Amino acid sequence: MSVMATDTVNGDTDRWSAGVLPYKEMGYWRPDYEPSATDIIAAFRITPQPGVDPEEAGAAVAGESSTATWTVVWTDRLTDHARYQGKCFRVDPVPGNPEQWIARIAYDLDLFEEGSIANMTSSIIGNVFGFKALKALRLEDLRIPVAYVKTFDGPPHGIVAEREMLDKYGRPLIGCTVKPKLGLSARNYGRVVYEGLRGGLDFTKDDENINSQPFMRWRERFLYCMEAVRRAEARTGEIKGHYMNVTAATMEDMYERAEFAKELGSNIVMMDLTVGYTAMTSMSKWARRNGVLLHLHRAGHGTFTRQKNHGVSFRVIAKWCRLLGVDHLHAGTVVGKLEGDPHMIAGYYAVLRDDVIPENPANGIYFEQHWASMPGVMPVASGGIHAGQTHQLLHYLGEDTILQFGGGTIGHPMGIAAGAEANRVAVEACIKARNEGKDVLVEGEEILRMAGRHSPALLAALDTWGSVTFDYESTDTPDVVATPS
Amino acid sequence: MITQGTFSMLPELTDDAIEAQLRYAIGEGWAISIELTDDPHPRNTFWELWGLPMFDVGDAGVALAEVLACRKEFPHHYVKVNAFDARKGRETIALSFIVQRPEAEPGFRLERQHGPGRTNRYTVHAYAAEQPHGQRYR
Repeated sequence: MSVMATDTVNGDTDRWSAGVLPYKEMGYWRPDYEPSATDIIAAFRITPQPGVDPEEAGAAVAGESSTATWTVVWTDRLTDHARYQGKCFRVDPVPGNPEQWIARIAYDLDLFEEGSIANMTSSIIGNVFGFKALKALRLEDLRIPVAYVKTFDGPPHGIVAEREMLDKYGRPLIGCTVKPKLGLSARNYGRVVYEGLRGGLDFTKDDENINSQPFMRWRERFLYCMEAVRRAEARTGEIKGHYMNVTAATMEDMYERAEFAKELGSNIVMMDLTVGYTAMTSMSKWARRNGVLLHLHRAGHGTFTRQKNHGVSFRVIAKWCRLLGVDHLHAGTVVGKLEGDPHMIAGYYAVLRDDVIPENPANGIYFEQHWASMPGVMPVASGGIHAGQTHQLLHYLGEDTILQFGGGTIGHPMGIAAGAEANRVAVEACIKARNEGKDVLVEGEEILRMAGRHSPALLAALDTWGSVTFDYESTDTPDVVATPS
Repeated sequence: MITQGTFSMLPELTDDAIEAQLRYAIGEGWAISIELTDDPHPRNTFWELWGLPMFDVGDAGVALAEVLACRKEFPHHYVKVNAFDARKGRETIALSFIVQRPEAEPGFRLERQHGPGRTNRYTVHAYAAEQPHGQRYR
């Protein structure tokens, strides 16, 4: 028999008798509770086991992510226990899905250590995700109160400072991940970097799994990439960068690599989400101290963000990363090869860039979020995008973004520099046309073809990839569809 | 050819095209600043101002006339338009594009100062900057 289906074990309904009580009766279900301005509020998607009522399931999540254990403990009475209890105050059915509910839970600010994503995640997504009484559990969104936001440093630089540092305004930044991602020697790798940057890219990038393998050790890569960056700067008179991936087995190794990148004069380093929240926070503080931009690749996130019934939504990961402080974060392309519903991605981009984000169920945003002027994170669109989609990318993602064309640069039939030129010309042409009042989404293909008259490289890109699309259904979609007014 | 600015990889903008961009910037409520230099080093942040930024210019034609006047007085300089967005959360340049460049752009030399462990300290040096200000690009 499920412990939650049991009213009591001893037939004693006293809150403090030894034994097992339903979570609802232990104070974790509080439909009358008004969250305070300093509470952290979570929205969980819960799928209870058959026979478990949703309010009890919501109360159980509140309990297991805060003070509760499976049985009554008298030591609760040594504390101001009601304050430390997570409080489930609302449970709503999910439209069109009779198995699922959205439970809203408020947590007192005192439950969390200042400036620690590790601590926040250990509470909110700690033990509770393995809880037997639930078939599945997903953290959909978090309202982070300003009082807690202000305990974090946020992005080391942010969008505004990055643009001023790079002297690049009014258009998306353009990047490229070096391919093949594995196997190139350092010298050959640097060649790709140089060709891409001289052709018109702002940035090139190490891929997530390029760290320091036998075919190319990190120090060699950094030396050749810096040579390539400086050569391209001299060739174009423009500031360029290469994201040096400092992801490594230990924090000491990461610091060593980052210090070397800085010594060489690199304006940016990168790391992978796989290093963990504490390592990312440490690198963020290093980047802030040293005036080096910090790029974050979200390697691995799909293991816990993609399935709609279980895990953590990417919008929550995005909030944690803005708090712990990165300058760039991969956040989806809408049109490329990787998962991404347009409304959900609009929500992630808002979470990263905007200062005040209104509640918007159509974009999967459950709570109004205030960032209190914390600088924005530059969202990165990467994975299966090409010049022929530039007008769509601009429409969906806006101007403050980095468009990363990997294969769409290096696979160009006329060479890497031509691929880079095609991407840059496409972006500039779409921005120019938009500013002139054209509807780039409608007229995009014509705008790009016209720009191709002055750029054989762009024309070749359109001819090679113009018809390539990735039309698959998204797995992670909003519950609510906005109806056109 | 230096590729600084929002539209450097497109054909040179015509006066009409410049005016269209100015109209967009003014419509967004941005201030228009015209700046010039004969030192195109990528980290030369502060070009010379052509007067103060125009905060309340309502007419793109007026702003264009200033661009033309600047180009006439400095026909061998780089000239660019910067548009400033003063709104909270941005408060920086929102659009920046070159509207004149010298006929010939000799480019940059890359100097390497060799350091330990095969490292280099790099310097990007504009050939034109070997001449004093005012005597470059003619």
